[in-house]
Amino acid sequence: MEARFTKGKSAILERPLSRPKTEVSVSAFALLFSEVVQYCQGRVYSVTELQARLAELGKRVGASLLDVLVLREKNGKRETKVLNILLFIKVSVWRALFGKEADKLEQANDDDKTYYIIEKEPLVNTFISVPKETSSLNCAAFIGGIVEAILTHSGFPAKVTVHWHKGTTLMIKFDDAVIARDKTLEGR
Amino acid sequence: MSRQSNRTTDSKKMNSELFTLTYGALVTQLCKDYENDEEVNKQLDKMGYNIGVRLIEDFLARSTIGRCQDFRETADVIAKVAFKMYLGITPSVTNWSPAGDEFSLILENNPLADFVELPDNHNTLIYSNLLCGVLRGALEMVQMAVDVKFAQDTLRGDNVTEIRMKFIKRIEENLPAGEE
Repeated sequence: MEARFTKGKSAILERPLSRPKTEVSVSAFALLFSEVVQYCQGRVYSVTELQARLAELGKRVGASLLDVLVLREKNGKRETKVLNILLFIKVSVWRALFGKEADKLEQANDDDKTYYIIEKEPLVNTFISVPKETSSLNCAAFIGGIVEAILTHSGFPAKVTVHWHKGTTLMIKFDDAVIARDKTLEGR
Repeated sequence: MSRQSNRTTDSKKMNSELFTLTYGALVTQLCKDYENDEEVNKQLDKMGYNIGVRLIEDFLARSTIGRCQDFRETADVIAKVAFKMYLGITPSVTNWSPAGDEFSLILENNPLADFVELPDNHNTLIYSNLLCGVLRGALEMVQMAVDVKFAQDTLRGDNVTEIRMKFIKRIEENLPAGEE
């Protein structure tokens, strides 16, 4: 076994993955997230870039979160259908991260690849006042990144973008292949 | 009085994992953006300082703690009230210097570093250095200049995680020139 897996005395691989007992205060998270946003802001020139950076950070969080949630909430069973993975995100992922379900999950009327997760007041936006000159900025791009990573790493490649619509809406656009596969799975 | 005691439990709680992972994503980003661990440590301290300066107001508003009489009381408040309130842990206060101007906080489990293992090429990274900045910034706002650093860290193979705090001086309120 490689040395780095046995290094140190923490032996994190031996630790149980059960729900953590510790809780932190929302203020601690808000202050940390605010620093994250400011740090990213200092290194970009546009709102789009800033959102892309936040999404990038979110993706890292989502990628590390996926396995642990599948193990805890789903007994290690992964979802194979589009609707189920979306419900998993709306219910399990949201509960684990924010202590509640997402407000709404909808499918676009005109497009079978597009879904929306609607969250009236996302946690990360609770403490952020968006300045007028950058009114399109939505720090929920961070959550968008989390969702995109969870979908992609579960085998549902998708693009997730955030929009100000009924609060915050995450627009999920699946790859064509995902929808085609889902159709062949139907009825089985 | 009963109303006051309620206020201390007022702050909302959340799953520590989102916090831990967000911090992890930040540190990863800093390691990409900066050339060496030293720079990352500095940046983490700076961000922590910014947080501390704001956090102290939140803390004073939520707790009913008044002015601390001495450094010993400050240590107790930090360990038993502030750490408990924000990170959900209570470090122990030990290793007082004879003069009473230095002590250590021993962290049993550090929520910032849950599930973290440092790769070999980052062995000088002080992963949780943000905490030092937070403590320094917060105490500066109550007129205490304090030196804060990690003396030991389980992430770097030590048996415990220890933050060493040293009181430097009381900051005098300086009036701007021309105002007496």
